[in-house]
Amino acid sequence: MFDLASPFELHKRGVMGMNQRNFSYIAKYNKREFYPNVDDKLKTKVLAMEYGLAVPQLLGVVKYQHDVKEVYKILDQHQGFCIKPAKGSGGKGILVILESNKKGYKKASGEYVSYDEVIRHISNILAGLFSLGGTADVAVIEALIEFDPVFDGLSHEGVPDIRMIVFQGYPVMSMLRLATHASDGKANLHQGAVGVGVGIADGIARSAVQFDRFVEKHPDTGKELSEIKIDGWRRLLHLSASCYEMSGLGYLGADIVLDRARGPLVLELNARPGLAIQTANRMGLLPRLKKIEAIGGRRRASVDERVEYVFKNFA
Amino acid sequence: MSERAPFFFLILALVIVGLTTIYYRHVELGVPLTTGERVTIWQIEAEISFIGKAEPVNAQLSLPNDAGFELVEEFTASPAYGVHVLRDQAFPKVVWSKRIVEGRQTLYYRGSYKEVDNAGAEAPPAKISPFDVWEEPYQSSAQTVLNDAYQRSGDRELLLLEVEKLLRSDDQNVALLLSRHSRSQVFTHLLDMAGVPSKSVGGLVLEDGRRNQSLIPLVSVYLNDSWQLYNLETPDWDQSLPILLWLQESPGLLDVEGGRNSDVVFSISRITKSTLQEAKASLNEADLFTSGLYNLPISEQNLFKGILLLPIGALVVVFLRVIIGLKCSGTFMPILIATSFIQTELLNGVLGFLLIVSTGLVIRSYLSHLNLLLVSRISAVVILVIGIIVVFTIIAFRLGLTEALTITFFPMIIMAWTIERMSILWEEEGGKEVLVQGGGSLIVAVVAYLMMDNDLIRHWAFNFLGVHALIMAAILLMGQYTGYRLLELSRFKPMTDDPLIDNKMTDN
Repeated sequence: MFDLASPFELHKRGVMGMNQRNFSYIAKYNKREFYPNVDDKLKTKVLAMEYGLAVPQLLGVVKYQHDVKEVYKILDQHQGFCIKPAKGSGGKGILVILESNKKGYKKASGEYVSYDEVIRHISNILAGLFSLGGTADVAVIEALIEFDPVFDGLSHEGVPDIRMIVFQGYPVMSMLRLATHASDGKANLHQGAVGVGVGIADGIARSAVQFDRFVEKHPDTGKELSEIKIDGWRRLLHLSASCYEMSGLGYLGADIVLDRARGPLVLELNARPGLAIQTANRMGLLPRLKKIEAIGGRRRASVDERVEYVFKNFA
Repeated sequence: MSERAPFFFLILALVIVGLTTIYYRHVELGVPLTTGERVTIWQIEAEISFIGKAEPVNAQLSLPNDAGFELVEEFTASPAYGVHVLRDQAFPKVVWSKRIVEGRQTLYYRGSYKEVDNAGAEAPPAKISPFDVWEEPYQSSAQTVLNDAYQRSGDRELLLLEVEKLLRSDDQNVALLLSRHSRSQVFTHLLDMAGVPSKSVGGLVLEDGRRNQSLIPLVSVYLNDSWQLYNLETPDWDQSLPILLWLQESPGLLDVEGGRNSDVVFSISRITKSTLQEAKASLNEADLFTSGLYNLPISEQNLFKGILLLPIGALVVVFLRVIIGLKCSGTFMPILIATSFIQTELLNGVLGFLLIVSTGLVIRSYLSHLNLLLVSRISAVVILVIGIIVVFTIIAFRLGLTEALTITFFPMIIMAWTIERMSILWEEEGGKEVLVQGGGSLIVAVVAYLMMDNDLIRHWAFNFLGVHALIMAAILLMGQYTGYRLLELSRFKPMTDDPLIDNKMTDN
């Protein structure tokens, strides 16, 4: 408990603390008016489609209670789908249906639920049961993501995703987030998910953490984490860099999943990304953030230019 | 740096204003920096209210008559009344009068009384007059009770204790007597019968910061050459608090002719003045700036004594969150909890808080199955909290745990929100996070309580308003602190295990 790091040592390594993140980056670069772009998942999705960013396919939206009965028209066309609240947080209220047959709808856990239960779940979403303020919400129906087999044996139950910190359009740091038994299938690091720091220029694992302490292997599957290499890294950088123009947020966290067929897809964006990514990469964020702040110039660099910059400077 | 110059100028201005007012109050006005070595003065305000009947009014208020206290100054406030303070009569009193009075009236008497250490010899009792015989069957019941007590006691002192004990028991004779007379009345009657000199008096319990108080009936008994007070009506009173005898054989506390619904309530405030300041106060009475809060009515002063502690709590919250990095649920919830700790005392407060929140969480987890909307869910939790408090109070009272009765001091709405937030947290992040944030809140509340309950800090917060300018400056400064939080030093510890070279190589 009293095993403390020296603040000067941390400073030398460019580690950013919570106060500095809030004061010097979030408050300075994220304008309030753009927050709804990321807090409302439907809005994020619509914006992403406008800007031509790849997102999980939108199958339908249920906005009003009287539309709920019509939902079978959407559901009947698809074998598997995912229903989520637009303003939900922490993975609450997400219903994943793998397939539907005579027995009903098969959930990710293997249980079956009836059509009526699906309808009730949607009604609950609309009533605001899963949104933080309890405000009325809309239900978003998305196509299932088929995970890239590269992640086999790396995640316990949940969805592995890649968190990118994007500062003024430049991806500066990234980490692969793997659900564990301790995190209950969720990919949130403070709940016990494993974070694997991934080199921002090459997509190769650097080191991994769970509960802010280094680990070598996945605690549930035992798979060696240092062997991870993510293919098609340039596309991923390109996608996350584009989130800047789309959201308007100068300091953001982009959560990206890899679909077997469609490649990287933007799952959601976060205006207050956490700091554990630094420990996962064994590297402080500040040197890179300062470097980008120093670029200056009135002309805004294009997405390609920014990705090139990352390859050149953050290798 | 230039863009932050106005900010630092503001901080500097706040610090200068704070320090100069503190200096001025201390050096020029003689307000002492510490609470020690000072005279304790009780400022008592009697607020008399009645409704005029469109007739001439003559209102009489008896004044304290206690050899253990000395009058320092007194003051009356009353719109267009003739006022006379009559001290040379047998019973001191203040009389207000006015020709035609209609509608609701409020009159004030404020007196400052100083405790006298060695009061002169108290007047021995006058000769005992023969007691009035009560009608039957009360008189014979009284005789039985007295005989019982007499049998079981050796001397006068023990007799008194025995009578007191019997009066509190559920003896049948006692029950009969109490159906007709109050406990004090029965007590004095029994003492009269036993030939022990006694008298009924009305006393005011002096406790700082109390409002809407009334006199409590007491019995003063002459025993071993001195008068001793017995309280038979309220079983659990704090014996350590001083009591100002207000009524001693005087006719009545308040007598209003020409008015109805008359009532009197007392506010009590303890001010500790240095002798120097006491002298200055009389000189500067009219000066608005220097006397500041002291000129307000006592009940408002007492209100401010509480309000002015909140900045201290806010400072604690900012410090623990920004510098230490504790997580807590709700930004200022811990301060409100801390203010209720002041009334409940620490241990009771913490236990009560844990009890309410944990019971609330259990029941709330059932509510979440009902799929309620936010507003009705919170409202249900509010009612739940009130229910929990009622149930625990009744249980505590039954078990004789009178300390636990202070559980009612918790702010219900705040508790409801706390339960609601923790329960959402539980569902979203799991029980561990609830413990982290709940524990964090409790630590913040306890630290804030310890600060707010400190005598010196209380003294400074009320008597030196400049302190609040300093607190403001400190809070603004911490609002710009971008350094590491203490808990982050532990969190990021693994990062310093690597040699520094590593970082340099990857980045350049």
